[in-house]
This record gives sequence, C-alpha cells and structure tokens, in this order.
Amino acid sequence: MLVVTAISVVRLKSLFAIAMLSGVFSLLSALLFVVLDAVDVAFTEAAVGAGISTVLVLGTLALTTRHERPTKHSQVVPLFVVAVTAAVLIYGTLDMPNFGSATAPAQTHVSPDYLERSVHEIGVPNVVTAILASYRGYDTLGETAVVFTAGIGVLLLISGLRRRREDEDEDEEGRES
Amino acid sequence: MRHHLILRVVTKMLVGTIILFAFYVQFHGDYSPGGGFQAGVIMAVAFIIYGIVFGLDKVQQVFPPWIVHKMLALGVLIYAATGIISLFVGFSYLDYGALSPQHPEHGQHWGILAVEFGVGVTVTGVMVAVYYAFAGRPPRLSDEEW
Amino acid sequence: MSWEFFVGHINYWLFTFLMMTGLYIVVAKGNLVKKIVGLNIFQTSVFMLYISTGKVTGGTAPIFPVDMQIDPEVVYSNPLPHVLILTAIVVGIATTSLGLALIVRIREDFNTIEEDDLVEIEKALARDENELYHQAIGDRV
Repeated sequence: MLVVTAISVVRLKSLFAIAMLSGVFSLLSALLFVVLDAVDVAFTEAAVGAGISTVLVLGTLALTTRHERPTKHSQVVPLFVVAVTAAVLIYGTLDMPNFGSATAPAQTHVSPDYLERSVHEIGVPNVVTAILASYRGYDTLGETAVVFTAGIGVLLLISGLRRRREDEDEDEEGRES
Repeated sequence: MRHHLILRVVTKMLVGTIILFAFYVQFHGDYSPGGGFQAGVIMAVAFIIYGIVFGLDKVQQVFPPWIVHKMLALGVLIYAATGIISLFVGFSYLDYGALSPQHPEHGQHWGILAVEFGVGVTVTGVMVAVYYAFAGRPPRLSDEEW
Repeated sequence: MSWEFFVGHINYWLFTFLMMTGLYIVVAKGNLVKKIVGLNIFQTSVFMLYISTGKVTGGTAPIFPVDMQIDPEVVYSNPLPHVLILTAIVVGIATTSLGLALIVRIREDFNTIEEDDLVEIEKALARDENELYHQAIGDRV
C-alpha cells in the first residue's frame, strides 16, 4: 500500500489529492513503525506527518495554485539517474545483516549497555525518553535550536512584511494627496 | 466556514480533550510513549483546528501572536538554563545529578521533566506561529474554487 | 542467494524502492509543491530503512514495566535508532515548513510555481541585467 501511494503521488496532477495522499503515506508509515516496535517514532510520525505537514501543504495550496502543469523536458535522464542510484544502494545492502538478527553490529555495542545502565542510573521506564533527554541530551538541545530557527525563518519570510507594505502604501498616499 | 454546523459543534467539544491529552502525553513521557515533541505538536493542533473552524481572529484573541513569539524562545531558554544550573552547583553542563546530589536518580527525573517541558513549549510555539503566518496572508483561491 | 538471504533483505530493497520514488519526484517533476512532497516521501522511507535495522526478532518495544521489575527473559528492540529518528523527523518538518514558506514568497513575486517558467523568468532577468551592465560599461569605455 505504501508503494501504491507513492506511485500515485508521482502520477497525479491535482495538488489537493497529493496533499491528502502524503497524509495517507505518513499514517501508513506510522503503522509500519508500530509493527517494527518503534512506538515513540510512530507517535511522532503520525502527529507530525499526518497533522502538521498536511495542514502546511494545504495552507500553501490556498496561497498558490491547485493544479500541476506537465513538465516539458524529457523524463529519461531522471529515470536513468534514479536507476543508477537504486543499483548502487542495493549493492550496498547486500552486505547488511538479515532483518531482525540479534547479532548485528547495531544491537551489540552501545544499546545493551544503555538498556542495562538506565535501570539503575536513571530509573525511568521509557528508555527512549531516557536516552533522548539524558544520555544524548546535547543532541536534543541542538534539535530544539533547529526547530526554533525554522520558526524564526518562517516568521521572517511570511508574517511581518504585510504590515510594512500596508504602512508604505499609506505613506505614499499621504505624500501624493 | 459559517455553514458547517457539525464541524463547529464537534470542534468545540474536542478542543478541551485535545489539550488535556497533550498535557498527559507531556508529563507521562517517562512512563509511556510520548515526551516533549509529541505533546507540543498535539497542543498546537488543538489551536490550529480551532483556528481553521472558527477563523483566525478568534483564535488570535485566545492566543495572541506576541505570546506565541515569546514562547518560541522561552522553551530553548528553559532547556539551556537547566544545563547552566548544573554548572552553578559544580557539576558539568546538563549533568542532572546536580539537581539533587544525594539521590542522583531523583535528579535525573527532575532534569528530564524540565528539559521535556522546555522542548514542548518551543515546539508548540513554532507550530502555532507557522500556522498564524500561513493563515494570515490573504488567500488566492476563493472558497468556491476548492 | 538462499531463501533466507532473500527474506532477510527484502525489507531493505522495498524501502530503497520507496526512496527512489521520492527521489524521482524531486528530480523529474517541475511543480515546486510536488517536489517538497516527494522530499517528504524520501525522508520517511529513509526513516523506515533506519528503524528496520533496529528491530530484533521476538523483541518488544523498549519500554520497561512501570514498577521496573525487569524480566531477564524479555528481549527489547534497540532504542538507539528510535532516538535518532525522532530528531530527524522534527528536523524534517522544519525543512518542509521553510520550503513551503519560500514557495509562497516565490508565487507572490513571480506569479508561478512551475520550474520551467521560473527558469525562463530568471533567464529574462539575467538578460536585462546584462544589457544594463553593457550600457554602463559602454559609456565609460
């Protein structure tokens, strides 16, 4: 179903349908995350992807157009680039450990250590929050700063200018009359 | 949206529940999936849905833009200040053991709570500010063209 | 290429296919909003690939019981990729919101959001600037 959703985003021309389909894609991926035992990530992906992202795309559509015009340049070169990238990536995954194996390098170095240490060092049942806020607290501080910067960026781009333009129009009218 | 009666009634009932759920997710981040980011997004969604159904002016009466802009910076300040408090007591930056030196576990609990609260405040502020910015511009498509 | 190898790796290939779909949308389509949606699809499939490396067969979600009585028989899935992906999701929406804000401003200034039209407009602007520059230089030389 994820594949069907992704391919229909490629083919459709109505941007409103694409906004809805991206929300569907996010919800389906949240389901997949639950199956993969990542409940925190599923929660965040469902809230963010299906909620905020869809609202923002719809808000942009209300301020721009609703349909896409077909492109004029050829589609062969992008297909070729994508095929080459896919081949290289698949060649890279041939070396990776099988899905779910308990002896993979990702499972054996730091994580069992965190799982054991967090029981008596932190004592919080949710290990993901413990790692996020305590063991890797610097990263979370940086991420909060990134969200803050993005908010300031959007405010600079969109919100303040309308007031200044209205003031300029009023000044011009005052000078003319 | 003056003629969508069902939407207005249901939204009025839902907004309180959504805000309560956001507080629950924020403070139970230690015991169940949740934490600062999810709670911030859910809280912002409550205000956004009120703004979509009832109009931007009404939601800006409840939650004025200047409060939102202050909240953006306040969350990051809370996070960084938790680290600086640890510096004052003599531990390293963001070492939560400083918050209660006899019981380092309790210090961790307090530290995680404070830090997640800061994150939640900032994320709420950013999402609501972005929505205000997008919805504040005059739209180019009228209601009939949708 | 045993059957076990195939079943153990098919998840990576499936997520790679989704990634390539997202990449194709970004590269090939001209509409700017569609490109941002394609970028979102690309990011989400990268997250799926990353989290699938953290799953342990027979494991459960990495949350201890509330009274903290740890049963040593229970296998927990790896919590470290979850933490990294949480950060990545939030950075992803930051990028998306900035990109959409830029699209709104582009639409207001140039009245189009198709890439082909934007290339034409930029070429015309560059031509005008070039003419002005040559006129100014011509006066001095």
